[in-house]
Amino acid sequence: MTPRYPLAATLYPYARVPAQDAAPVRHPVVIVGGGPVGMALALDLGRKGTPVLVLDDHEGVGQGSRAICFAQRTLDIAHRLGPGARMVGKGVVWNVGKVFHGEERVFEFDLQPEPGHRHPAFINLQQPYFERFLVEAIRDAREEGAPIEIRGANAVTGLTRHADHVALDIDTPDGPYAVEADYVVACDGARSPVRGMMGLGFDGRVFEDNFLIADVRMTADFPTERWFWFEPPFEGAGQSALLHKQPDDIWRIDFQLGWDIDRAAELDPARIRRRVDAMLSSRTGTVPDYDLDWTSIYTFQCRRMHAFRHGRVLFAGDSAHQVSPFGARGANSGVQDADNLGWKLDLVLKGQAPDALLDSYSSERVAAADENILASSRATDFLTPKSDASRLFRDAVLTLARDHPFARPLINSGRLSVPRVYDGGALNGPDALDGPAISCVGAPCPDAPLDAGFLLDRLGGGFVILTVDAEAPARVEEEGIVATRLALTTRDHDPTGALRARYLGGAASGVWLIRPDQHVAARWAHYDEAALRRALRIATGREAGP
Amino acid sequence: MTLTLSPNIPDPDGFYDELLAAHEGLTAEESAALNARLILLLANHIGDRDVLRAAFDAARRPSE
Repeated sequence: MTPRYPLAATLYPYARVPAQDAAPVRHPVVIVGGGPVGMALALDLGRKGTPVLVLDDHEGVGQGSRAICFAQRTLDIAHRLGPGARMVGKGVVWNVGKVFHGEERVFEFDLQPEPGHRHPAFINLQQPYFERFLVEAIRDAREEGAPIEIRGANAVTGLTRHADHVALDIDTPDGPYAVEADYVVACDGARSPVRGMMGLGFDGRVFEDNFLIADVRMTADFPTERWFWFEPPFEGAGQSALLHKQPDDIWRIDFQLGWDIDRAAELDPARIRRRVDAMLSSRTGTVPDYDLDWTSIYTFQCRRMHAFRHGRVLFAGDSAHQVSPFGARGANSGVQDADNLGWKLDLVLKGQAPDALLDSYSSERVAAADENILASSRATDFLTPKSDASRLFRDAVLTLARDHPFARPLINSGRLSVPRVYDGGALNGPDALDGPAISCVGAPCPDAPLDAGFLLDRLGGGFVILTVDAEAPARVEEEGIVATRLALTTRDHDPTGALRARYLGGAASGVWLIRPDQHVAARWAHYDEAALRRALRIATGREAGP
Repeated sequence: MTLTLSPNIPDPDGFYDELLAAHEGLTAEESAALNARLILLLANHIGDRDVLRAAFDAARRPSE
C-alpha cells in the first residue's frame, strides 16, 4: 500500500493480528480514520469502557501544521479526556493581532483572556502534536484498562450494510481480511472513502478556494503576533494573507490564491520563497533568515452531507461537513462531533438507551454544521467580495476602522469556533429557570472557577444534577441511567462570583440536568423529581421533548 | 422604535446643501465610497436593527 501523504511520526506501525487469519470478528464500534476526530472519539468511548477498534490506512500522523488553531471548547473536551494539559503546555497563546489593508495598518487589537476559565480562547498548535497527544492519552488509558485498539496500515476497501451489522473489507501489507461492526463511524476526512463506498454525496457547494500554506522555521526575533492582510500589497499574494506563530519557532503563513490556479507552478519553492520574502520584509524592510519546513496547497469547500447518520454508519468531522479555514471551524467542530457522539454510542451499546438516540447525533450536529457554514460563508463574503456593492462596503469598513472603533467588529477575517447551542434540540427538556442565556438549555456548560478547581472538572462525563443553592437527592436512577448530584452553593463554592453570573443571573436558586457531553439538558428553579425523570428520558431518546 | 418617515430634519434646504457639499469634487467612484462610509456611520448611530431593516425595505421599494 502506498501512503497518500508523508508522515511526521510513526505512532502505530502495522502489526499482524490473529483476526486476519480467522473468521470475521464482530466489534461494537469500528472507527475508520485515526485523525483528531477518530482518536478523540476512540478515547472517549474507551474511557467509558466500550470496546473500540480504530482502522487507519496510515501508521501515524501526517506532516504539516494543517489545523493549527484549537479553541477553548476543544481544549475543555481534551482536558476531560486527558491530554488537555499537554496541548496547552505545548501550544502558543498570542494576544496581539494586527490587521492590514494593502499597505495601510487598519488597527491593532490585544485579546485579553476572559477571566474564570481554565483554558484560553484558543491555542496555536500543529495538528501532528494534537494527534500525537491524543494517541499518547489512548496509550495511557489502555494501560488503565480502556479497551481501545488501533490498527495502522489497515485500509477499508469495502463496506456492506446488513440489518444487524456492517461488514468491512480491509487491506493490509499482508493482504485482505474482514471485520464486522455493530456501528461504524467514518472519520476518514474530506475525501471519505467510506462515504464514496456508500454512494453518498453533499448538499450544496457554497464556496471554494485555494490556499497556499507554508510552515516557515525562523529563529529571528519576530513578534508573536497575528498579522492579517486584506488585499496584501506583496506581489501575487492573492486576496488575503495570514501570518501567525506556532510552537518550535515555526510560523504559519496562508496565502488565499483564488480558484483558478496552476497548482504545480504555485508549489515551486522559488516562487513560494519570493512571496514569503515579500511578506516577512513588508513591515521591517529586511528578510530574516528562514527555512521552508512544509508547504501545501489546500482546497476547501463549504458543504455538508444531508444527514450524518445512515443506519449503522455515522459520519463525523470533515467526512460529514467542510468549511472554509476562517475561524478554525474544521477540526474544532469535528472534535465537537466526537464529543456529541461518544456518550450516545456508549449508552446505546450498553443497552441503556434506544438506538433512536443516535438520530439526535445527526440532527444536533447538522445544525452545528449549518452554523459553521454560515459563519464561514459570511467571512468569505467579507474577504472576497462577490459584487461591486459588497466590495464598496468592505473597503468602507476597513477605512473607517482605522479611526473609529465602531467599525472594527464589522471586520470579518473569520469568527473563531464556538460550540453550537442545541436550540430546540431533540434531547432538550424544559427551560424553566429565568437564568442567563449562556447556560440555557442546549448550551455547553460555561466553566467557572470554584473554591477548588474548575466546574467542568467536577461535572465529569456522566449525567449530573447540578444544584446551586437548591436541594436535590444525591442520585437519581431512571431505567438504568444514573444522574449524580453536584451540590454547590454561592456562599461556599463561588469565590469569584462567576458561578452566580454564568448560571443563576438574577435567580435565587437553580437545578440543571447536565448531559455527559456537558451540554445543559434542562434547568429549573427548584428540584422536581417527576420533571427530572422526564428530562432524563428525553435526554436519552426514550421520550419526545416538551 | 419605528423608522421615522415624517419630516425630522430642521432646515431641510441647509441639510441638502451640506449633503451635496460633502460630495463636491469627488468622482463617481469616490462618491460611492463616501456614501458607503456614511451609511455605516449612520447605521451605527441608529443601532436599532428593526429600524435599520425598515429603512432597507423603504429604500428598496420606493413608490412609482
